[in-house]
Amino acid sequence: MAAPPTPRTPTRTGRPVLEAHGIRKAFPGVLALDGVDLRLFPGEVHALMGENGAGKSTLIKVLTGVHPPDAGTVSVDGAPQRFAEPLEAQHAGISTVYQEVNLCPNLSVAENILIGREPRRLGLVHWSALHRRAARLITELELDLDVRLPLSAHSLAVQQLVAIVRAVDVRAKVLVLDEPTSSLDRDEVAQLFALVRRLRDRGVAILFVTHFLDQVFDLCDRVTVLRNGRLEGEHRIDELTPVTLVHRMVGGELRTLDELAETSHTGTAAPVPADTPFLSARGLARAGAVQPYDLDIHRGEVIGLAGLLGSGRTEAARLLFGADHADGGELRIDGERAVLRSPRAAIARKIAFCSENRKAEGLIGELTVRENIVMALQAARGWTKPLSRTRQDEIAARWTEVLDIRPADPEAQVRNLSGGNQQKVLLARWLLTDPRLLILDEPTRGIDIGAKTEIQKLVTRLAAEGTAVLFISAELEEVLRLSHRVGVLRDHRLVATLPNDTSLTPDRILGAIATGATS
Amino acid sequence: MSTALSSLTGPLQRFSARHATRLPLVVTATLLVAMFSIGSLRYEGFFSAQVLLNVLIDNGFLLVVAIGMTFVVLAGGIDLSVGSMVALSTMLTAWLVERNGVPLALAVPLVLLVGAGGGALMGWVIHAFEIQPFIVTLAGMFLARGLCYTISTESIPLTDPTATRIAQTRVLLPGGLFVSPAVVIALTVLALAFVVLHHTRFGRTVYALGGNESSARLMGLPVGRTKIAVYAVSGLCSALGGLLMTFYMLSGYALHAVGMELDAIAAAVIGGTLLTGGSGFVLGTALGVTVLGLIQTVVSFQGTLSSWWTRIVIGGLLFVFILLQRLFGGSRPAE
Repeated sequence: MAAPPTPRTPTRTGRPVLEAHGIRKAFPGVLALDGVDLRLFPGEVHALMGENGAGKSTLIKVLTGVHPPDAGTVSVDGAPQRFAEPLEAQHAGISTVYQEVNLCPNLSVAENILIGREPRRLGLVHWSALHRRAARLITELELDLDVRLPLSAHSLAVQQLVAIVRAVDVRAKVLVLDEPTSSLDRDEVAQLFALVRRLRDRGVAILFVTHFLDQVFDLCDRVTVLRNGRLEGEHRIDELTPVTLVHRMVGGELRTLDELAETSHTGTAAPVPADTPFLSARGLARAGAVQPYDLDIHRGEVIGLAGLLGSGRTEAARLLFGADHADGGELRIDGERAVLRSPRAAIARKIAFCSENRKAEGLIGELTVRENIVMALQAARGWTKPLSRTRQDEIAARWTEVLDIRPADPEAQVRNLSGGNQQKVLLARWLLTDPRLLILDEPTRGIDIGAKTEIQKLVTRLAAEGTAVLFISAELEEVLRLSHRVGVLRDHRLVATLPNDTSLTPDRILGAIATGATS
Repeated sequence: MSTALSSLTGPLQRFSARHATRLPLVVTATLLVAMFSIGSLRYEGFFSAQVLLNVLIDNGFLLVVAIGMTFVVLAGGIDLSVGSMVALSTMLTAWLVERNGVPLALAVPLVLLVGAGGGALMGWVIHAFEIQPFIVTLAGMFLARGLCYTISTESIPLTDPTATRIAQTRVLLPGGLFVSPAVVIALTVLALAFVVLHHTRFGRTVYALGGNESSARLMGLPVGRTKIAVYAVSGLCSALGGLLMTFYMLSGYALHAVGMELDAIAAAVIGGTLLTGGSGFVLGTALGVTVLGLIQTVVSFQGTLSSWWTRIVIGGLLFVFILLQRLFGGSRPAE
């Protein structure tokens, strides 16, 4: 299925300048890369795509000498290399520009480009030669900058360009750009792309990592897609469409889950109630996390949030819980303006949030099931009014039974429970506070099918009882089965809110994820 | 076709962006002129070049120590051990010369070596074990001060004829003015430090390190070596400062230079060096030391004030300068 590796720009030598073969890299507990190949030809812009966790960053770190691979080879110009540190990769001609600008803001542009390689005379820095050489490099790349100004006097975009100029001056044959555009606006991206194209025309091979699909189609010649640490394939961009590319990233056939026999929801959109929504967001945004979005959630309504990993689903939800501060827009709860300064404020308004990262943000492994369950209720009451032990025991026993938490021992330490049961403990904790809006972030990830089904049933039941639910999941089938409406996020933007009627299919959602269009 | 990227178009804007970091220097210089003018108006005999030179004579050792501190602070670190290192140097010099009959010409390089070695050792610990410089140099501070007492709990007077002759030497300047040799040495160190910081690869790496350490590492700069070197420079400067103090006081004593590390930091900050590193000038530090000295002079000219007023004024000034740094920092075009 992989296209023949002929890049759109003809290669000068016909041989890849960088070739990685059979790269394998494991971290404790995770096989991050498993037999991944990558080939870069001179004069091409090559995209590296994959969902978060697909292994993109690890592959880059292997190529640039940050992590040595466990197995596999990296060769530059046909010669096998083994990089012990980034500097060695640089010497071999592989330069990297990271997402964060890795320059010194207090130094001048010229120094940032040339520091460590400054021209010297009699052992002293030859400033005029330094400025001349930096200015020449800048003009060669058709930029216009005063190289004597401190770097901090320039915008982030210009700093990014300076980082590229520095990288290229290290005689780079391969330039790795790791999410260089994530903090740039449209015009700045255009400037960056212009520079990248000029470098490509000079024969530099560019590996471009991004999660912006349109940029890939705009700039790149070929793409290597990773999925779950494995190589999905190498393709020519002109043989792909955004939809097929997304398919390749998330998996050829959609994951199926048919264990859920009889859920009450039949795939028809519930009529949107006419009363004021429980929660209503207008233009809610946070710079760098999520673009302004509008969202209404009514009582008894399940809103699904779909999108690729890293598309801003969690970020959007965190604003509704006060876990992050919105820096724009407004939030109304029961029609009244609300500013959620902290999760405490959200909890006080009966909003609950089950975190995606249940170990790090939700549960405390060393405490018992009982202690974890009563935590949020105790927080809502205030710590000056402790729950009596008898009451705690009652509560814990009841919820252990209702949610079928196993082992059915409220005094078991949570860290010894399976993932699904931990998820249930977290759910119990929040349900106990009798929330009016329950935000579930990937509640079914990594848990067995039985527990998954039970959690899905619980969501349906809660909605029937009038709780509003925001349900975030990477599994489209699941989102479709449970939701009344589905919000689609793409590149940190809520691109569509689709009513879940019979016409809504996983493919339509994927289409929205890929193109940003609603139909 | 080139793309104009700079948002700073006017020549004036460019000028101010290029020289924004020198603004604190201008502020300090202005303060110095203001203090001197007010002093001259209020006190008889204040308006003379010798008053300024006396400030240098009385603070030459502080200037040398503060220059070393400036290297460390520019690199994003801090060195709390300098005051104790000065005391240890006075003690070591007096003990070697007076108690052991070591010739001065041998004692001096030995003391400098101890200072530089001690600094390098602290720098190595900071780098190799990734420990906060604050805590490492705090340990160094206790260690050096403690070592003084193992040599002697009493003050050791320096009676060596060469030393007393050096102490009494006056370098005559035109116009009947004079300075001590210590001032000449301090100003030489200042000139050297200026050249090193602004015109050598090492100096530029110091700035880069203070600007952003992880960037400096990724840019392939010798981060570890530079870090160790700045602490060695600071140790060397404290040892030299200690030697100058030995000649100034003509004694070695464990209680010399108590709290001098804080004076040195204050001088650097008042001279416009950012404590976060990466921004500042060694010339500013010289101005800072002069400001501190001039405050002492004003207080003594006033006659009615207790000498503790010096501390109070320094404290107030520090507050003002740190606030100013904050404001300057906040008004930078990017970030």
